[in-house]
Amino acid sequence: MATTALPTTGTLTAAPAYEGQSGIWSWLTTVDHKRIGVLYLFTALTFFLIGGLEAEIIRLQLQGPNGHVVSAELYNQLFTMHGTTMIFLAIMPLSAAFFNFLIPLQIGARDVAFPRLNAFSYWVYLFGGIFITLPILFNVAPNGGWFGYAPLSTRPFAPGLNIDFWVIGLQILGVSSLAAAFNFITTIINLRAPGMTLMRMPMFTWMSFVVQFLLVLAFPVITVALVFLLFDRFFGTQFYEIAAGADPLLWQHLFWIFGHPEVYILVLPAFGLVSEVLPTFSSKPLFGYPVMVYSGMLIGVLGFGVWAHHMFAVGMGPIGDSVFSLVTMLIAIPTGVKIFNWIATMAQGQLRFTTSMMFGIGLIALFTIGGISGVMHSSPPADLQQTDTYFIVAHFHYVLFGGSIMGIFAGIYLYFPKITGRMLDEGLGKIHFWVNFVGMNLTFFPMHFSGMLGMPRRIYTYDSGQGWDTFNMMSSIGAYILAVATMIFVYNFLKSRKHGAIAGANPWGAGTLEWTIPSPPPEYNFAVLPTVTSRYPLWEGDERDAESARINSQEGKTADELHIVLPYNTIKPMIVAGSMVIMFCGLIFAKPLIFIGAASMVVSLYSWLLSPLEPEHH
Amino acid sequence: MSAPAAAHYTSTGLDSRKIAIWAFIGSECMLFVSLISTYLIYKGRSIVGPFPHEAWTSPSGQHFKPILNIPVTSASTFVLLMSSLAMVLALSAVQNKELPKRTTGDRILGSSKLWLWMTALLGTTFLGFQAFEFTSFVHEGLTIRTNLFGSSFFTLTGFHGAHVTAGVIWLLTLLAIDYRRGLGPKDALNVDIAALYWHFVDVVWIAIFTLVYLIK
Repeated sequence: MATTALPTTGTLTAAPAYEGQSGIWSWLTTVDHKRIGVLYLFTALTFFLIGGLEAEIIRLQLQGPNGHVVSAELYNQLFTMHGTTMIFLAIMPLSAAFFNFLIPLQIGARDVAFPRLNAFSYWVYLFGGIFITLPILFNVAPNGGWFGYAPLSTRPFAPGLNIDFWVIGLQILGVSSLAAAFNFITTIINLRAPGMTLMRMPMFTWMSFVVQFLLVLAFPVITVALVFLLFDRFFGTQFYEIAAGADPLLWQHLFWIFGHPEVYILVLPAFGLVSEVLPTFSSKPLFGYPVMVYSGMLIGVLGFGVWAHHMFAVGMGPIGDSVFSLVTMLIAIPTGVKIFNWIATMAQGQLRFTTSMMFGIGLIALFTIGGISGVMHSSPPADLQQTDTYFIVAHFHYVLFGGSIMGIFAGIYLYFPKITGRMLDEGLGKIHFWVNFVGMNLTFFPMHFSGMLGMPRRIYTYDSGQGWDTFNMMSSIGAYILAVATMIFVYNFLKSRKHGAIAGANPWGAGTLEWTIPSPPPEYNFAVLPTVTSRYPLWEGDERDAESARINSQEGKTADELHIVLPYNTIKPMIVAGSMVIMFCGLIFAKPLIFIGAASMVVSLYSWLLSPLEPEHH
Repeated sequence: MSAPAAAHYTSTGLDSRKIAIWAFIGSECMLFVSLISTYLIYKGRSIVGPFPHEAWTSPSGQHFKPILNIPVTSASTFVLLMSSLAMVLALSAVQNKELPKRTTGDRILGSSKLWLWMTALLGTTFLGFQAFEFTSFVHEGLTIRTNLFGSSFFTLTGFHGAHVTAGVIWLLTLLAIDYRRGLGPKDALNVDIAALYWHFVDVVWIAIFTLVYLIK
């Protein structure tokens, strides 16, 4: 294949070509998708560590029978916040970090369609994350599970502030996800460079595109479920009041109509990342590109038709059970197609076992295990044995840790050089991979057995003599190993940011558009909008690809010199986000805050909308 | 309102805001589908009255009429439908601002202020009908806490009313701009987006009126 030669090491600095763009104020006011991506990355990694710490305390408690490290009440808060944090504050925003950083670069755009809305999404996420996380310090954290089943989460059964923080916190985070989804749908449809047809888009952008539609269609449903719960708790409505004739399954249906697409929201971005990693380190294009696109879409569509497989135990009757069972089995087909295509991508390639590649291959292996136990649950009789046991915990950690997290690590090792201009240390990276791999399997594989032996989820302690002791000890040791693995990663991350080897534009010899520009990319991304003639412009493009790559790989020019108009920095999106969160805080703390927050939100929103995005064009 | 985005290259040639509003409307569809489905699932499940279409006598002997007032709501529905017509004329007036106006008819049809005011007023009239409906329901003994019907009815129609309110504020904002510097063809997209939202809210009401009021 004709590879376009680009400087791979070259320049001496890894400093971004940003003029007057340092200091905390520049981060508070930034509307640059790359900097917002970096903010997402750091914030989400912090929440990942918090969620991990919560898991470690859980494993400490369950290490042996009759553990009493924490009280039952605090234990409830820990497992609720572990799930809520990992799903809404760690994995989704880690994906968002990649959406932000990569999508404009992969499609050849200078920014997202609405840069200020993008900043708004980030600030809402940060404030919402703090809002839902801080209460654990005061022993009032959410304690109803990440699924918060009503009527158990209504006022009579959950009188404290705990669930109030959860309902309002998720509502805030939903605003962030929806705003971001509108933004990325528009960006992908409308800001593709000339020649970047839909069927030439990199697979990460494709899977992200599918995810944005899932967000747009799934989040309103949980918004409504949460509004009902909020109204029940604050205004005395009866949506979940069984004595008034309410359907005890209303919440479950609404929640899982959101909750199952949410599973694909968590895993498809990781699938996209791995679909970039494997071709890069196999030095050949992704196998079966169109089928990968269609299977991603099919997963998205079918993802809306399987929600009730979370509810086989409620007694829906044979017809409901059969339909949801069959659709659940069907969804394994497009997922399996992806697995085989990844393997076929590696077949006969020139494989390079970098850390990123190892995490990518790790995803294929571990996700497959999680996928297989998932197909086991699709059969209602089997599910009745497994539901609410540790077998389920094993299953969804194999898909979320073995799938999403492994994919995100593969992505971080692949894209760290593009983001920072420096390489992550490969030696430490490989140690990280192996410790992580061993820890992950030692933690979650034994849970299949403790689950099969009948250990229920969410119990804060257990008696000995039920055959669970050894498996729990193994899981806890595995969890401690995972903590060590994560520390290695954090050390590597912080060290390499300052001292890693200089990366250059295309350190891995990858083929897609983001590797044609310097690392870290200049503020304007592309000095000229590239003309795209193939899926891998650096591998198989014609002279037009090569020409735009040559111009765009040059460093040192400022936006002014190139006459590129960039949006103004502005603090307004952050003020709107802050005002909105203050308004929500009013529901819990003091009613006047509702009006203060609302007034401040309206004023700052008008000020934002009436101020120009960027200087007038010349 | 913000700098013209048309100066930027786009893949489809459309302005990005137009695509974003469609994505937003898609999301709003799911919001109202969830609210309407809940209303329909809870239809007939309330243990105590008042009920939408049937009379009810409480154990203490108090009598409640069927509560929905279909003639009055038909009138308010007509008002909201007419507001969509006014919105179409407002957009057309903005788009054709620079065409010569020869007759009185041309001048009336070409007045964006007139039609924006008309849309906002009709929207406000609809909200007035809703306020009247809500207060009379409360007087007749139906609040958001009374029964499942009350909870799901007030939440559904209240959400719709909140959307109409947001739309009226949006229209008044456009009017303020029109008075300050005049809306012209270059603003057509902003008005177009507001119109799309307004028509969407209108269409949702048609669904609500049919499913909640007309079907017994």
